[in-house]
Amino acid sequence: MPDTNSNSAAVLVQPIDVPPISLRRRVVDHAMTAIAVLTVALVLLPLFAIFAYLVYKGIGSINLAFLTQTPKPVGEPGGGMANAIVGSMVILGIASLLGVPLGIGAGIFLSEYGRNRYGDIVRFVSDVLNGVPSIVIGIVAYGLVVMRQKHFSALAGGVALAIMMIPTIARTTEQMLLLVPQAIREAAYGLGVSRWRTTLSITLRTATSGVITGVMLAFARVAGETAPLLFTAFGNQFWNWKSDQPTAALSLQIFTYAISPFDEWHKQAWAGALVLIVLIVGAVAAVRIAVRRGTLAGA
Amino acid sequence: MSNQALPRPRFNAPEPERGSKAALKIEARTAPLLQGKVSEIPDAAFGWAMRLCGVAVVALLGLIVYQLVVGSTLSWHAFGWKFFGQSEWNPVSDQYGALPFIFGTIVSSLLALVIAVPLSLGVAVFITEMCPVGLRGILSFTTELLAAIPSVVYGLWAIFVLVPVLREYVQPFLAQTLGWTGLFSGPPYGIGMLAAGVILAIMIIPIISSITREVLTVVPQHQREAVLALGATRWEMIRMGVLRNARAGIVGAIILGLGRALGETMAVTMVIGNRPEIAKSLFAPGYTMASVLANEFTEATGDLYLSALIEIGLALFFVTIVVNALARLMVWSVTRGQPSRSIA
Repeated sequence: MPDTNSNSAAVLVQPIDVPPISLRRRVVDHAMTAIAVLTVALVLLPLFAIFAYLVYKGIGSINLAFLTQTPKPVGEPGGGMANAIVGSMVILGIASLLGVPLGIGAGIFLSEYGRNRYGDIVRFVSDVLNGVPSIVIGIVAYGLVVMRQKHFSALAGGVALAIMMIPTIARTTEQMLLLVPQAIREAAYGLGVSRWRTTLSITLRTATSGVITGVMLAFARVAGETAPLLFTAFGNQFWNWKSDQPTAALSLQIFTYAISPFDEWHKQAWAGALVLIVLIVGAVAAVRIAVRRGTLAGA
Repeated sequence: MSNQALPRPRFNAPEPERGSKAALKIEARTAPLLQGKVSEIPDAAFGWAMRLCGVAVVALLGLIVYQLVVGSTLSWHAFGWKFFGQSEWNPVSDQYGALPFIFGTIVSSLLALVIAVPLSLGVAVFITEMCPVGLRGILSFTTELLAAIPSVVYGLWAIFVLVPVLREYVQPFLAQTLGWTGLFSGPPYGIGMLAAGVILAIMIIPIISSITREVLTVVPQHQREAVLALGATRWEMIRMGVLRNARAGIVGAIILGLGRALGETMAVTMVIGNRPEIAKSLFAPGYTMASVLANEFTEATGDLYLSALIEIGLALFFVTIVVNALARLMVWSVTRGQPSRSIA
């Protein structure tokens, strides 16, 4: 290497004995740059359009009634999605209760016990599970819970979403734990701390902020899911406080209202979509702020 | 992933030939600060509990396969392979054939790829090779924001914004200019295969472009410098030095996007029109495997009806698994040994 310091921009300077770049090549070069800029604009356009419409259409329809009342029958104005908002939270709570411990456990297995063939199998299977369409997970939860209980329920919806959370949490937890320096583990062992205690109080503790980020990523991914809830939670127009009865969910309600022919319901669907996104973003932001404020600075 | 970036966890034991477990026992027993005997039971119990979690992940996959296979036996015995070749779907006469749904899934996904691939590649190339450094983070964050929007919200937007735009402007234009191909003929409803393809494209752009970006960043810098040193323009450098080296990974990213498109349910169900027909025109309504499940599963009264639907689910599961495994392998062949982009 004659001059390792020269960056790529400097290389563009033409030496004297090289013929100048032809017009055709220069035109192609500029055209390609223009095309790339155009593609970026084309991709950003729908993003802005979606957010603009969400805010524009949603804000107009959100009011106190929307957040506190149950849906009104067709033709009656007003009403809201309070039961769906609570239902979504219940379903997501069940999903997190089931999915988070199992996912983190699998992540600990992968990073602390699974640096071998068995770990590779689990790693591959989690990646495979990640690609399973959500509607198929819904069928599985239907067979597992709904068929046994003989009715749709929040539990079935929670199981479906938990199955979707586990692989994501397992893989991100593994990556975060692997980032913890080996020396920290060794220091704990050197003090006579047992292995399980080291894993929980030292390794996992050090990686907490990363692990929680992974959990929130999985949470955000399933929070807006509709397909697996269609035949597990099923939806409900009324309040329901039992985990073994059909339960309303925000995403289901948006779907039902969006494909309905009523203008009043369309408005509610937009409001629901806005609330859904705000809730997802809010939950993720709240947890991240809580983590940052705590004593949980990463390694 | 970033596994290779770090040394494998290992104890710095005085006798490395012994397993780490043995070394740990020695450490624990000779530790001066420790009082009393240390029980090995909690350690073993914890280890096995974590292994159980690992096994549970594998068991989950087994459970999914089991549920789908058992659920679809009835339909499999009734129709066999014919199930995938027949186009009659009639719950009244209990005749089920999945061909229109398979057709719809394949056509809508391919259409989505045709639209999404050039756009995603353009974005990825722009972000990694052309854009000013300050803009890079913002742009990649914004494109990934697209991935965070729930599918049902895409569907909502598609019904009320995309479909009218297609109906009023895009479809008449396409019919006028390309109507002779037969792909763009018939009444412009707005709703139909074209709308499904476009909304799918918007949804898979983030995944294709972010993985392509990941693949492009691992192309060694000296490849770029070598091509530039030969007098290439920037585009020639990108074409010869970057894209060519990242080929396999880019194909992998595209296949990963395909896998996502095949299984996508809600947004497609909301705009594809839901009619089990095989039509040549992209303006015509269609139906996909995922949408038929979404629409008819709860209404399936007969055992054979339900079984036929589950068999569609099994087929969808199988296809996405194969597609995803293939894609992972191709991406891995390029990024192997390189730290991947961080999760956070």
